[in-house]
Amino acid sequence: MSEKKRLDLEYSQLDSDRMRLNVGPQHPSTHGVLRLEVEIDGEIVTEVIPHLGYLHRSFEKHCEKMTYPQIIPYIDRMDYISAMNNEWPYVMALEKMLDIKVPEKVEYIRVIVAELNRIANHQIAVATFGLDAGAFTPFLFFFRDREYIIWILEKLSGARLLYNYFRVGGLAGDTYPSFKEECLNVIEKVRKTNAEVMDLLIYNRIFIQRTANVGILTPEVAVNYACSGPVLRGSGLRYDLRKDEPYSIYDRFDFEVPVGKGEVGFVGDCWDRNIVRMQEMEQSCRIIEQALAQMPETGDVKANVPKRIKPPKGEVYMRTENPKGDLGFYIVSNGTDKPERLKARGTSFVNLSVIPEISKGYMFADLILILGSIDIVLGEVDR
Amino acid sequence: MLPNEIFEKLRSVYSDQIIELIENHPSDSFITVNASALFEICHSLRDEAFFMFDYLMSLTGMDLGENLGVVYHLYSMQLKHKIVIKAFVPKEQPKVPSVERIWRTADWHEREAYDLIGVNFEGHHNLIRILLPYDWEGYPLRKDYTAPEMYHGMKVS
Repeated sequence: MSEKKRLDLEYSQLDSDRMRLNVGPQHPSTHGVLRLEVEIDGEIVTEVIPHLGYLHRSFEKHCEKMTYPQIIPYIDRMDYISAMNNEWPYVMALEKMLDIKVPEKVEYIRVIVAELNRIANHQIAVATFGLDAGAFTPFLFFFRDREYIIWILEKLSGARLLYNYFRVGGLAGDTYPSFKEECLNVIEKVRKTNAEVMDLLIYNRIFIQRTANVGILTPEVAVNYACSGPVLRGSGLRYDLRKDEPYSIYDRFDFEVPVGKGEVGFVGDCWDRNIVRMQEMEQSCRIIEQALAQMPETGDVKANVPKRIKPPKGEVYMRTENPKGDLGFYIVSNGTDKPERLKARGTSFVNLSVIPEISKGYMFADLILILGSIDIVLGEVDR
Repeated sequence: MLPNEIFEKLRSVYSDQIIELIENHPSDSFITVNASALFEICHSLRDEAFFMFDYLMSLTGMDLGENLGVVYHLYSMQLKHKIVIKAFVPKEQPKVPSVERIWRTADWHEREAYDLIGVNFEGHHNLIRILLPYDWEGYPLRKDYTAPEMYHGMKVS
């Protein structure tokens, strides 16, 4: 009731030529059940108020009632596009609390599956962004290629999207005999499609005209809003946890951190955020190639998995570089097998909060592009 | 800068407002501060040249029985160091100064902590619920919370 009253007041203060419009929650261009209350003056956006919570599943409350291994499948369902990456900070936090050393082979498999999943995530991000801008062909190309990645992950874990593959101290299962060969085949396919999409979409003149100089996010605003991932790097800041705070074995690989350079417009526009994603796919391919070459042949992936997970009293905040940005888990343990408090710092939740700031003053049609360029998953926003 | 150096620096300026530093490996080290001085402390943590904590990673509300706690995880993009700041307030009067004007990202984090734990952030420009419906009653992440049976004539639990 309180919300309704508040809105009535604002309506009475509106100028006669301003209009309030609801985008979503059931609209394909909001990438999920997100409702944007938009105030427009003609075609120009003057205010955006996001309303969240349509997909709220009380993740944090559930976690307090479950044992540590039981939580892993729930974490998959946060960012269901890149579930492998989601599980990683959680198991790393518990490994730090329990002081477990992870076997070499496990680290390599984790890097490979996480980078494969990163490619799959960026494929969806660029594909749906192209769809928002009106390009349908790259969408089909990317979804065709993503299927090969999903097949590999399915053979490893048994599931297409919600893997439940990471374990505290290890993995659910070992690789299969043709794993290396299939990964190399996928990389070849990804590179071929990316080269095609660069011509078809990214350097397409219509696409550049739609996205250049739209939704400019300056580095100062991006840091103040704690943006991360391609959204922050699109603004020209070279910040990647894999380089800045190398976790796991990322210090052994040779790769670059692509940033937005303002090639066709100002630094930090929608086009920059997408070129960063395209270049990151290439860097992920490089990491996978190196990891496949260095990976030890033998090793038991379940050797260090503890029978019972009962961390000592204490608290740990662990974060890793998710495809969408920093994903953090803050775990407070009270010495039992269930967490006292578990907070997930959702990447999309934080990145989405910058929308009201960067979409003011642009055309209404551009608002859809700005939302698409941020690459949100509502499962992670609402938790 | 290491947590004990940050603690000493803060102690020299804010004396008794900084309560203690707890280091307990492998847990993260954290500094407990007085909630009433939180805004000034956070302001100097962001702006002083030797702190430069320009990136608020996460803001968490916690139920600790008699008290509510607010936990700030800070990171510096330039100096690459981290610190955890905690403040405790009594459950009857859970008033914490809002840091939304220091780090804009705190806006939604504070609304979430208000929504789920019931921490009252003073000075926040729009402290309304964010994840739950606007007319929901109670704070679900409190340990003594019981879920309602009905919501607008719909069965909930």
